[in-house]
Amino acid sequence: MSAVEAVGLQKRFGDTQALCGVDFEIPRATVLGVLGPNGAGKTTAVRILTTLLKPDAGRAIIDGIDVVAEPRKVRSRIGLTGQYAAVDERLTGYENLELVGRLFHLPTKEAKSRAKDLLERFDLVDAGDKYAKNYSGGMRRRLDIAMSLIARPSVLFLDEPTTGLDPHSRNAMWELIEGLVADGMTTLLTTQYLEEAEVLANDIVVIDHGTVIEHGTPAELKARSGGERIEITVGESAELEKVPGVLSHLVRDGAQPWIDVETLTVCLPVADSVGIVPASVRALDDAGVVVRDVVVRKPTLDDVFLDLTGHTASEESDTDDGSDGTDDSKDRKHRKDRTDRGDAANEPVSAGKELS
Amino acid sequence: MTAVTTTIPATSPPREAASGLIWLFRDTWTEASRHLRATLRNPDLLVFATIQPIMFVVLFVYVFGGAVSVPGYDSYEQFVVPGIFAQTIVFGSVYTALGIAEDMSKGFIDRLRSLPLYQPAVLIGRTFSDLLRNVFTFFVMLIVGFAVGFRLLGGIPKAILATLLLLAFAWAFSWIQAYIGLSVNSVEAANSAGFIWMFPLTFISSAFVSTETMPDWLATIANINPFTIVTNATRALYSGNDPGNDVYWSLLWAAGITIVFSMLSFRKFNSASN
Repeated sequence: MSAVEAVGLQKRFGDTQALCGVDFEIPRATVLGVLGPNGAGKTTAVRILTTLLKPDAGRAIIDGIDVVAEPRKVRSRIGLTGQYAAVDERLTGYENLELVGRLFHLPTKEAKSRAKDLLERFDLVDAGDKYAKNYSGGMRRRLDIAMSLIARPSVLFLDEPTTGLDPHSRNAMWELIEGLVADGMTTLLTTQYLEEAEVLANDIVVIDHGTVIEHGTPAELKARSGGERIEITVGESAELEKVPGVLSHLVRDGAQPWIDVETLTVCLPVADSVGIVPASVRALDDAGVVVRDVVVRKPTLDDVFLDLTGHTASEESDTDDGSDGTDDSKDRKHRKDRTDRGDAANEPVSAGKELS
Repeated sequence: MTAVTTTIPATSPPREAASGLIWLFRDTWTEASRHLRATLRNPDLLVFATIQPIMFVVLFVYVFGGAVSVPGYDSYEQFVVPGIFAQTIVFGSVYTALGIAEDMSKGFIDRLRSLPLYQPAVLIGRTFSDLLRNVFTFFVMLIVGFAVGFRLLGGIPKAILATLLLLAFAWAFSWIQAYIGLSVNSVEAANSAGFIWMFPLTFISSAFVSTETMPDWLATIANINPFTIVTNATRALYSGNDPGNDVYWSLLWAAGITIVFSMLSFRKFNSASN
């Protein structure tokens, strides 16, 4: 029996169908990465599974218990860390942990001793007696996750656990989550960061506009998106448009080039990477295009996302309350020209951690 | 964060959710003590909770005291102090809206809703902690009232009854504020929505002046205002006058408001989201 089963989940908010029949399951002691842009419906799915929201249709089962029929039974088996670090700022770290332990109806002694253990495990001992309002963002998230673990849940829900963290805290958070997973914690992790799902998840479902558009292991998803890519960086933006034409004989059939005007880079899925670098440089040189850099790389999940949805994961910026879904422009230009890409993990060209 | 040890104990066998009325009380107390502890740690809040009632008593008694005379009362103090009691504790209920809106906006309500506690305990704990804060405020006002010449002319038992009536009203208004706190989407909105209607409510009443001095149409409104009824009832009890049916009517109002708004609030809470 899977630890978590979602069957045909549907939810509508006003005019917006936030979930249009979402199915997935999470085998025990595995991590499911739910991947999608803002507004895809990830949080809505998490809120249904954690009893915060009732589905319009479909069933959600945790440990064999229906979340709608027996919400309180389900609540005693889950830990939820939402998008906000939900700590009481007026209390200390220790008090926050103890509070949640008490509200889980642990015996007082047990709540206290587990609170102390968790402070130690999450590197918060020194901060344990400080008010949470003085914590850094990373410390808050750690405290938040520790609070979710105090009753030793059988399923942990992490809704975008690294959103808003600096790269250093994000790496630390990944380490922490990897540790939980190594100990056999069944986890549902939502994320907008493809790299994060690649690193942490056993299985991935890709959600867009309330629908599961792809499902598989990170390796399967990458295999499905085809072979390697070549990335050409040129000298001037005027030359960007020329590149796909010049190199059309090298591009995999039916594949779309992707032009990033900001970094002056063209990304082309190629049929065969052997000898591709000299061949492309030669062709571009003949055509009078100044080449500044050439990189051959394996596909990342961002490429998968682009193939599936026509936009990258970072290209939609609606709030993730399901309010999106009405204006899918179906922009198939494969052109990434937004300027607000402040985040390394959103970069399609970032090498990321390759899965072994 | 360098030394994160990432071992956690294996999943414990699932525990069945606890049940029973005893847990409702325990959860309520856990939540109430969360707020009380935070309040005691916030000196600003305590100072404000002390100064505001002192200020109101002194302002009204000395600013209006010379100009206003009220039929049936020898001194304006004896008339106005119960009105200020009532106004101050009703105004104090806005903390309920602020606290809940704060917990909502921080995602803490979501956290609580995902825990196996008895869910009504979250709101009952909140309103109960605000009630205790109001008890504190009341005693501060009582002392200041004594200092300016207010006396418990009706005797101690009637004074206790009057005080309980006031606190019942304070609790009822906390439930209105709980509903407001759950309905708005920011602390700022809770502040406006919580306060704005309380000015006409408390001023178009018999709290500070006799309603006989108002234009007829306004007096009509003032006389059916539940705030007038509770003020009249407590004022009569403190001063040893006959409250007539006002005690029963104000109890009915307090019970009615509490029932209606607690039900609305529980319903809202169960579908709350930020």
